[in-house]
Amino acid sequence: MLKVRIIPCLDVKDGRVVKGVKFVDLVDAGDPVEAARAYDAAGADELCFLDITASHEDRSTLLDVVQRTAEACFTPLTVGGGVRTVEDIRRLLLAGADKVSINTAAVNNRQFVREAAEKFGDQCIVVAIDAKRVSPEGAPPRWEIFTHGGRRETGIDAIDFAREVVSLGAGELLVTSMDRDGTRAGYDLPLMKAISSAVSAPVIASGGVGSLDDLVNGVTEGGVSAVLAASIFHFGTYTVSEAKAHMAAAGIPVRMV
Amino acid sequence: MNTVVVVDYGSGNLHSACKALERAGSDVAGEVTVRLSSDPEEVLKADRVVLPGVGAFADCRRGLDAVPGLTQALTELVQEKGRPFFGICVGMQLLASRGLEYETTAGLDWISGDVAPIRPADPSLKIPHMGWNDLTQLRPHPLLDNLLGSDSSRDAYFVHSYALSAARPEDVVATTDYGGPIAAFVARDNVAGSQFHPEKSQGFGLALLSNFIRWRP
Repeated sequence: MLKVRIIPCLDVKDGRVVKGVKFVDLVDAGDPVEAARAYDAAGADELCFLDITASHEDRSTLLDVVQRTAEACFTPLTVGGGVRTVEDIRRLLLAGADKVSINTAAVNNRQFVREAAEKFGDQCIVVAIDAKRVSPEGAPPRWEIFTHGGRRETGIDAIDFAREVVSLGAGELLVTSMDRDGTRAGYDLPLMKAISSAVSAPVIASGGVGSLDDLVNGVTEGGVSAVLAASIFHFGTYTVSEAKAHMAAAGIPVRMV
Repeated sequence: MNTVVVVDYGSGNLHSACKALERAGSDVAGEVTVRLSSDPEEVLKADRVVLPGVGAFADCRRGLDAVPGLTQALTELVQEKGRPFFGICVGMQLLASRGLEYETTAGLDWISGDVAPIRPADPSLKIPHMGWNDLTQLRPHPLLDNLLGSDSSRDAYFVHSYALSAARPEDVVATTDYGGPIAAFVARDNVAGSQFHPEKSQGFGLALLSNFIRWRP
């Protein structure tokens, strides 16, 4: 049986983990490679790096981080942030990324998704969808795509966009609720449910995890195939194996390590 | 000296395949060298060969054909010299007779069968089949024998939308279940391949690669 994946996500800026990872044993909490290695040993099912470096003129720092991670961790790695061209994707894959996540470039040009999927295969193209609820309280929910960290609205309906990018070849969707991100109030479950039931591709839930029950609800109510979290793991609130034990107790198939 | 050549034909994921083989090789007695190459001469000198693959079947096949003499060198090494061969993901799918991804493309035809879209019996199952799934071993094989334990199941990492449907059932060594059985590990004589990614399957995957480096078919 296919297991539900738990994916710790690291925000990386100029080759360093943003805010650091508060693990007991880490010598350098700001080194993404060391953090990735710790999560790998802890039984993370996949790892995710999100590069939030402001300038994308020098991508070599990120490529170096990816390459060193791939040397140390034999676990699937998704890398996103500032991916704009087929050449960006190729470089990340050659450095050792398994999947590449596309965000703004897919919003600006849907055909980029098709081009990337035809070149590298559907399975390594993840489209990251940052969605915000735009319908008033009490009205049927509607979400739109936002870019630039939730600051710029696009007027694009999130569900329509999800369907479209999957039909163009996106192998997976990373859905982040911009309303919930950083709140620890749990995933936006109606958003997750609406997208996961609209598309054939797997959906990763992101944004808002504050407790282990939030992970369970993402699967049982949101219908997602994988759960991504950052702060609950980085701050040492819970370990990956505690998260897995909690999900297994709720009847969710997970990979026990 | 035990030289493993990882075939470089423009497909992604070469770095992680090489690193995993180097790590796996450190568990094997004797000196193990892992070399990345697209040079047919180099391939012909290899003790064993790994064909990784990420991407679309047709694109990978074009990549192989774009290097003059590469496919012939692989065929000579594997079919005539009988050297061990291991294909990973699309590298395993290329063993088939034909691939039906985007267009119909000829494979190496070392394992008779077609590579076709996965169509799970349960329509709610997502495509690609992505994540950790357990293996069921159908027959003994030196690459898997000491790994799967008494319950003969172990999780491996899969990412694929297409699967190899083997014409000869005996070529399928292990399956995984995703709305029906999917060929997870195929083998015939000195040729083997896995649909899953051993280089991404943590300890289990590294142990399998060590077995490949030791394999004397």
